[in-house]
Amino acid sequence: MRTILSSKLTKKEFIEKVEEISGQNVFACYHCGKCSAGCPIVSEMDLLPNQVIRYVQLGLQDEVLNSKSIWMCASCYTCTVRCPKDVDLAKIMEALRVLKLRQNIDMSRVRDLPSEDLESLPPIALVSAFRKYTP
Amino acid sequence: MELAYYPGCTVKSTAKNFEISAIASAKVLDIEFIELPRWTCCGTVFSLASDDVMHQVAPIRNLLRVQEMKKDRVVTLCSMCYNTLKRSNLLVKKNKEVLDKINNYMYEEPEKYQAGVEVVHFLEVLDQDVGFEKIKQFVKKPLKGLKVVPYYGCTLLRPRDVGIDDAESPTIMEKLLKALGAEVINDPMKTECCGAYHTVERKHIIKERTYKIISSAVARGGEALVLSCPLCDYNLDKFQMDVAREHPGFHPIPVFYFTQLMALAFGLDESALGLEYNYTDPKPLLLEKNLLGAGSE
Amino acid sequence: MKRIGVFICHCGLNIAGTIDVNKVRDVIKDYPNVVHAETYVYMCSEPGQKLMRDRIKEFNLDGVVVANCSPTLHEKTFRNAAAAAGLNPYRVEIANIREQVSWPHEHEPETATKKAIRIIQATIERLKSNASLLPLKVPLTRKALVIGGGIAGMQAALDIADGGYEVYLVEKSPTIGGRMAQLSETFPTLDCPQCIMTPKMTAVSQHPNIHLYTYSEVEEVNGFVGNFDVTIKKKASYVDYDKCLGCGECAKICPKKVPNEFDRNLSIRKAIYRPFDQAVPSVYTIDMENCLKCKVCMRKCEPKAINFDQTDEYIDVKVGAIIVATGFDLMPMEHFKEYGGGEYPDVIDAIQFERLLAASGPTGGEVLRPSDKKVPKDVVFIQCAGSRDPNLGVAYCSRICCMYVAKQALLYKHAVPDGQAYVFYIDIRSNGKGYEEFVQRVMEEDRVLYLRGKVSKVIEENGVVKVYGSDTLTGRSIEVDADLVVLAPAMLPSAGIRELASKLRITTDEYGWLKEAHLKLRPLETMTPGIYIAGVAQFPKDITDTVSQASGAAGKVLALFSKEQIEHEPIVATVDHTICAGCGFCEAACAYGAIKVNPKTKKAEVNETLCEGCAACSAACPSGAAQVQNFRKDQILDMVEILARDY
Repeated sequence: MRTILSSKLTKKEFIEKVEEISGQNVFACYHCGKCSAGCPIVSEMDLLPNQVIRYVQLGLQDEVLNSKSIWMCASCYTCTVRCPKDVDLAKIMEALRVLKLRQNIDMSRVRDLPSEDLESLPPIALVSAFRKYTP
Repeated sequence: MELAYYPGCTVKSTAKNFEISAIASAKVLDIEFIELPRWTCCGTVFSLASDDVMHQVAPIRNLLRVQEMKKDRVVTLCSMCYNTLKRSNLLVKKNKEVLDKINNYMYEEPEKYQAGVEVVHFLEVLDQDVGFEKIKQFVKKPLKGLKVVPYYGCTLLRPRDVGIDDAESPTIMEKLLKALGAEVINDPMKTECCGAYHTVERKHIIKERTYKIISSAVARGGEALVLSCPLCDYNLDKFQMDVAREHPGFHPIPVFYFTQLMALAFGLDESALGLEYNYTDPKPLLLEKNLLGAGSE
Repeated sequence: MKRIGVFICHCGLNIAGTIDVNKVRDVIKDYPNVVHAETYVYMCSEPGQKLMRDRIKEFNLDGVVVANCSPTLHEKTFRNAAAAAGLNPYRVEIANIREQVSWPHEHEPETATKKAIRIIQATIERLKSNASLLPLKVPLTRKALVIGGGIAGMQAALDIADGGYEVYLVEKSPTIGGRMAQLSETFPTLDCPQCIMTPKMTAVSQHPNIHLYTYSEVEEVNGFVGNFDVTIKKKASYVDYDKCLGCGECAKICPKKVPNEFDRNLSIRKAIYRPFDQAVPSVYTIDMENCLKCKVCMRKCEPKAINFDQTDEYIDVKVGAIIVATGFDLMPMEHFKEYGGGEYPDVIDAIQFERLLAASGPTGGEVLRPSDKKVPKDVVFIQCAGSRDPNLGVAYCSRICCMYVAKQALLYKHAVPDGQAYVFYIDIRSNGKGYEEFVQRVMEEDRVLYLRGKVSKVIEENGVVKVYGSDTLTGRSIEVDADLVVLAPAMLPSAGIRELASKLRITTDEYGWLKEAHLKLRPLETMTPGIYIAGVAQFPKDITDTVSQASGAAGKVLALFSKEQIEHEPIVATVDHTICAGCGFCEAACAYGAIKVNPKTKKAEVNETLCEGCAACSAACPSGAAQVQNFRKDQILDMVEILARDY
C-alpha cells in the first residue's frame, strides 16, 4: 500500500498540534537513530523511536497514535539527552500520548490487576502510571 | 542547619528505610529536616505537555508551602520528586503566564508563589553544604571491603538542566561512598533506566531491566547496588528472586539507599537503617563484612 | 567641477521597477553643474561602461555620478572605466539607489523616486569638492612566509620557491609532513602517504629557495601587505641540528619514556626523539618538559650534537606575503563519554586506527587491539562522532570521515579476511572523483556491513565491547559484540590557532576555522591583504582539495610578487597640522595603528599604507584637523543639507 502525500492531504494540523504541545520542531530530526539505539524499552516497541518522529513528519496520524511504542516509552529522557539536534523526543512522545488520552481514552489496565499486586505497589509507581496512562 | 524537607509519598510507606536513615544520618551532620506542613503528592512525573498547566499545580503548591515556611530551599530524597519539583519550578521561573495561572487557580491560598524557592537533592547538600572531606570525619565504621555500585537511574541526571551531575559520567555518589570508606565500582549501566512505571502493568520489562542492570554490577565485582529513588529500589530489588528463577546463574545482590550506608558508616544503631524494609536481605552481606552486629568495630 | 555627467541605471527591473528613472533623469539634468544625464538598462555591462567612456569624451565631463547599486559591487568598475577614458577615477562617485531606495521601498514608487533624486543630488554636491587622487605606491618584499609544514604548507612553499622567490617555512613540530605522515593509505587510490609525500619533503629540505624552520613558531608579526616584519621563534631542541647525524644512539639509551604523539599515544617514545623514521630534517630533539636531565644522551653522542645550554632563538625576517596552513586536530576522546572514549582502551579514534594499520606503526601493520593485542574479529566504525551534532558537538560535517572509514574498513578486511567490519552511519558523503565507486566497492566486494543509525552507547565488559546502535532502514535496534570500536571524531582546528590568528590580525569563525574573505569567490584570501589561507586550517577537506588550495594560495602570492609595486587606495586620512593640537583621540580610535601623535612635534601623523580610510580618526578628532580624502566633513555636511531639506 502506498502512502500518498500531497499539500492537501498531509496532516498539517496534526503536525502543528504535536509541535505545539511538545514545543519541538519535528523537522529538526534527521533520523540518525541515536535515540532508538539508546532506548531501554526499544525491544517492546513496534515503531522505533526515530520512526515515531518520521510518522509525525509524514502526517501519518492514525498509525502513530495507534502504535504500541508511545505507551512503551518509560520517559527516561535518554533520547532527549543524546539527540545531536537537541530534539526533545520525550516531549514528542508525551504530546502523542496526550492527543490520544484527551479523546477521553483510558490506556491503563489497572482494574485488571490482582489486589495483592496493587497492595504491594508503592504509591510512586501507581501515581506515575496513572499520570501517563489515564486522561 | 535547618532544611525544609519534602518527603513525598513513598518514603512514608514502602520506602521508610530511606527516610529513617536519611534523617538519622543528617542529624549526625547537624542537619535537621523540617518536614513541610500539609504537603501533598508532587505528582511523581513532570508533565511534558506545554499546554498542561493543571499537572503543575501539585508541585507548585508544595513549593508554596516552603515559601510559607519562610525558607528559600527545599531538600528531597526521592529522585523523581526532585525531578518533578525542580522542573515545575524552572517552568514557572521562566514563564510568568503559567505562574500567574497557577496562582490564580490556588486562589484560596493566602500567599502567591513567587518562584523564589530552590529545589535541591540531598546529595547536592552533602556535596556543597557539607563537603565529602568533612563527611569523612564523621565516619566511625568505614565500609571497608564493601564493594558498592552506585546507580543513578534517570531522573537524578536528566534532562541536563536539572541533573545534579554529568548525565553520562556522574561522580557525586562515588565521592560520597568513597568518603564512607567503601570500595566503589564504576558500572556504565549506572545511568540506564530501571523501567519506571512499567512495574504496574508490564512486570516482564522490569525483570528484564533488573536482569541487565544487576548482572552488569555483579560482573564488575559489585556486592551491593546503591541508589536514591524508591521506584528504582522497588524495581531493582523486589524481583531479583523471580529473575533468578528465570535466569540460572543470576546472582542477586542487596540494594541500599545511599542514606542507609551513610547511617551505617556513621556507626548508628541498626534501628536507624531500616534494613527490614529492604527486599533482598542485606544482613548476610553486612555481617560477612563485619559491618553489623557485635564485634564490628 | 562644472561639467558633471549623471548615469542612472535601470538594473533591469530592480531599480526601474520601482523608481521612475525617466523622471529622475529629467529632474537631474537641470541640476546646477550637470551637463548630461541619461538612463541605461544595465550600466555595469560592457555596453554600459562603453557608454560612460564615450560620454566622458563627448561631453568633456570632469565628474561622474553613477546612480545604481551598492559601491561595494561596482565602484571599481566605473572608476576603471573613467580612468580608461582619461578622467581621474576619484572623480567618480556612486549614488546607491538600489539597496538604499528601490529595494527597501519596493511598494512606495513615489517616495522611492523622490528619495532617489535627493540621494543623487547629495552625491553631486559631495562630488563637486572631490580631489583628483592618485593611488599610493608601496614597495614590496618578494619573500613569503608559510606557517605549517604539512602537505598544504609544503606544496605552497614549493610552488612559490619554484616561482623563483624565497620562502620561510615554519613548522611547530620537529618535522614536516603533518597529518598525512600518520596515515596508512590514502583514499581512493590507496597510495602510501609516506611514499608519495617523502619526495615532497626532500624537495622542501633541499630547495635552495626554501628556508626550513622546524620546531619553530611565529612569535610576532607586524606590518602590512608587501612589508611584514616577522619574528620566528626557533624553540630550543637542545640538539644542534647541523651536527646531528640521526643515528639514534641517544634515544636508545635515554631512560625516560613518554607517550608517542605520532602514534597517538599507542606507543612509547623517549624524551630525546625523532617523530618518525622519514622525518625531515632527520634529527633528534629533546622534549625538555619530560627530560630527566641525566645527560646520558650527551655522553653517547659521537658528533657531540647535544647541547643542554641551548636557548630559544629569535630570528627576524621580512616578507611580503604569508600563507597560513596550520591543519587540524581531532575532537578528543574524553568528549565521547557515552562511547567510553578515553576510558576503554579498545575504543580508539581514526588516527589511532591508521597507526595500527600502518606498517611503520606500533604493531608493525598487524591489526591488534590495544588492550590484549589480540586480532579483532568484529570491528565497529562509528561515523559522525561529534560532527553534525549541534547539541553535544559541532554542527558541521567533517567531510572526510565517510571516505576514510570506508578505506579503513577495506584495509581491515584485507588484513583480517575472516573478520567483520560494521559501519554505523547517518549518510554517506562520497562526492569526489572515484569516491562513490570506492564506497560501493567496499560494500559490494569487501562486504563491509553498513548500518544506517547512530550508536547511542558503548560498554566494555569482560573484554567484549558492546555497541548499542540502530538500523533505521529495517527499523531495528542493533547490538554488536565487538572487539574494537573506531570513532570518526569531528575535525577541529589545530591548538593555538586563535592566538596565531590574533597575532596575524586575521579572523576565525566560531569554531576556530580561519575566515576567508568570501566563501564562494575569495576562499584563499583573508580580509587582511597579503595573508592567505590553505588546507584544513580554513575548513575540513581532503588531500586533493588541500593541495589545490595550497597551489592556489601560492598562485595568489606569485601574482602579488609579479607587481612592481603595490597600489593602495588613496582614500586615506590627512592631518592639518595648523589645527592639530596633538590630543591623541585619533590614535586611540584607529584600529589599524595608522595614525600616531609624533612625540617630538606633538602633531598627529598618518602612515598612509596602513590607513584603510574608515574615518574613525576624523570622527574622533575634536578640532577637525583629521579628515579623510574625498570624505571630508564639509563634503558630508553638503550631503546632509540636501538630504535634510524637507525636514
